[in-house]
Amino acid sequence: MSQATGKSILEVKDLRTYFYTRDGVVRSVDGVSFSISEGETLAIVGESGCGKSVTSLSLLRLIPSPPGKIVSGSVLYHGKDLLKLSEDEMRDIRGDKISMIFQEPMTSLNPVLTVGRQISEVLELHRHCTKEQAHERILELLKLVNISEPERRINEYPHQLSGGMRQRIMIAMALACDPEILIADEPTTALDVTIQAQILNLIRELRDRTRAAIILITHDLGVVAEMAQRVVVMYAGRKVEEASVFDLFAKPMHPYTLGLLNSMPRLDDSSSKRLVEIPGMVPSMRTEIVGCAFAPRCSKASERCLIESPVLQDFGNGHTVACWNPVAVLRDKA
Amino acid sequence: MINNSTMNRVDWPAQVSKIRLFLTVQLPALYKRYPFAVIGAATLLLMIFIAIFAPFLATVDPQAVAPLNRLKPPSWEYWFGTDALGRDVYSRVMYGTRVSLTVGISVAVLSTVIGLAIGLITGFVRWVDAIVMRIMDGLMSIPSILLAIALMALTKASIENVIIAITIAEVPRVVRLVRSLVLGLREQPYVEAAAASGTPLLKTLLRHILPNIAAPLLVQATYICASAMITEAILSFIGAGTPPNIPSWGNIMAESRSLFQIAGYLILFPSIFLSATVLAVNYLGDGLRDALDPRLSRRM
Repeated sequence: MSQATGKSILEVKDLRTYFYTRDGVVRSVDGVSFSISEGETLAIVGESGCGKSVTSLSLLRLIPSPPGKIVSGSVLYHGKDLLKLSEDEMRDIRGDKISMIFQEPMTSLNPVLTVGRQISEVLELHRHCTKEQAHERILELLKLVNISEPERRINEYPHQLSGGMRQRIMIAMALACDPEILIADEPTTALDVTIQAQILNLIRELRDRTRAAIILITHDLGVVAEMAQRVVVMYAGRKVEEASVFDLFAKPMHPYTLGLLNSMPRLDDSSSKRLVEIPGMVPSMRTEIVGCAFAPRCSKASERCLIESPVLQDFGNGHTVACWNPVAVLRDKA
Repeated sequence: MINNSTMNRVDWPAQVSKIRLFLTVQLPALYKRYPFAVIGAATLLLMIFIAIFAPFLATVDPQAVAPLNRLKPPSWEYWFGTDALGRDVYSRVMYGTRVSLTVGISVAVLSTVIGLAIGLITGFVRWVDAIVMRIMDGLMSIPSILLAIALMALTKASIENVIIAITIAEVPRVVRLVRSLVLGLREQPYVEAAAASGTPLLKTLLRHILPNIAAPLLVQATYICASAMITEAILSFIGAGTPPNIPSWGNIMAESRSLFQIAGYLILFPSIFLSATVLAVNYLGDGLRDALDPRLSRRM
């Protein structure tokens, strides 16, 4: 939207990542496409196990193999297919051009290495800088992520830091080489609410300053509304809806998106109505899904939904929905 | 009065006060916190001292045969008595310390290094794991003493061969330990995060995995050291270990076996030394485990 320049730097086309387990093939990501432009924040939302994290790991080719395998699709970074690069070339991209913030700040830092040492690792790998240069850069990064007393913190171990600080360190590590794309996999899930807000503010601030594109993986629609410009909704490994954040909240078209929004408590709703839940369960991904994956739980499902997989339809303004019976009504905004 | 000559000279008063501080404050504090570790370390240091200064501590040549003085009970002249050939048991025990410590420490270092290398690879490379672990399982299924006896039977008696034989028997245990730790650590988010920032495998192993297994490995090494000393004594006792011309605690006991009823002290003194050393190493291992466990330690 407003901040995106329109020039897409990463284009994911028909990505399929399958896990070949003893109990059958798990289709974690099943034909997902999206693109992201410079300075844009794209949110990928969905329930646990819908393939959000696997999608992000697939972009960096970090899927444990075996059992995982990227079966088909392409990830075009400036027109270059990341899935076709050699392992060495890929390693140069990871942490340098595309970096990642993980979910668990508590365990994502090595307990036996100091903060400075961990950040310097990335710098050594990609920037080949000397100790003094690295030290300078680390202090600069720690200041950037608002860590007080960086000279002291640089020599501290992860257990001496709070969860919020560790997440800041993770962000500093991810930003060490000025990446063009930052993948944030549930960056605030493990933090309490006030720290969440601080971290989100920080990420937003850094995005505006560094112009990095952010892929934000989350299941928290509140975070989406606050951070993202565009949203991809995933369900059972497939993209069911993509829209600008405004469109998605104002007129969700996929019944699943509507269900997600309705299941969220709203501060402006004073009536103490019971929250609406989506009936049923996420389908097992071990069996191949025929028709629409959401059909068994969908109130609007028709015969066609059970037989034929819905194709993505464009409803203008980049709003695409994979549903045979999209919700047409405007959701009242009061 | 600070000039170059005084700067280069050792500042003795400061050194003395440092030592005094260590002896009066730091050591008692350490003892209060890890009493067994301090006792173990002290005993082990004493044994190392004995091993190094055995030629000065021994009263006579441990090999000197004196048929006239054979089977003398402990006395002022022969502190631990004399054996069937009239050799001074005290001097032999002092020299025997060298063998036990050499074997114990060499086996601990060798099997830890070899086991670490194999364990790191098997933990990370799955197809190697399948093959190597079956070999390790095979080795482990043979009792280690039996394996060491068999290996000694294939070679000639020497301390080097004893070390090699016991190392081969101990390596599978280290491999198992390292592999299980690596398997746990490779799933840690920080290892994944390292991969996500483009760290190559070797660097990940050295920088992220190795420091995290150093503590349990060090503790395991002390247990291996203790067990190797016992195995060496057993091998010597049954005549499959250290050659008889080198006095070792196992050899002294073996030679005194048939005289046990008339000269029990011959077995008593080497066995006290062996037990004390093994116990000391085990205490040290327990103390290290307590001190290095990140959940218990206050500073890392």
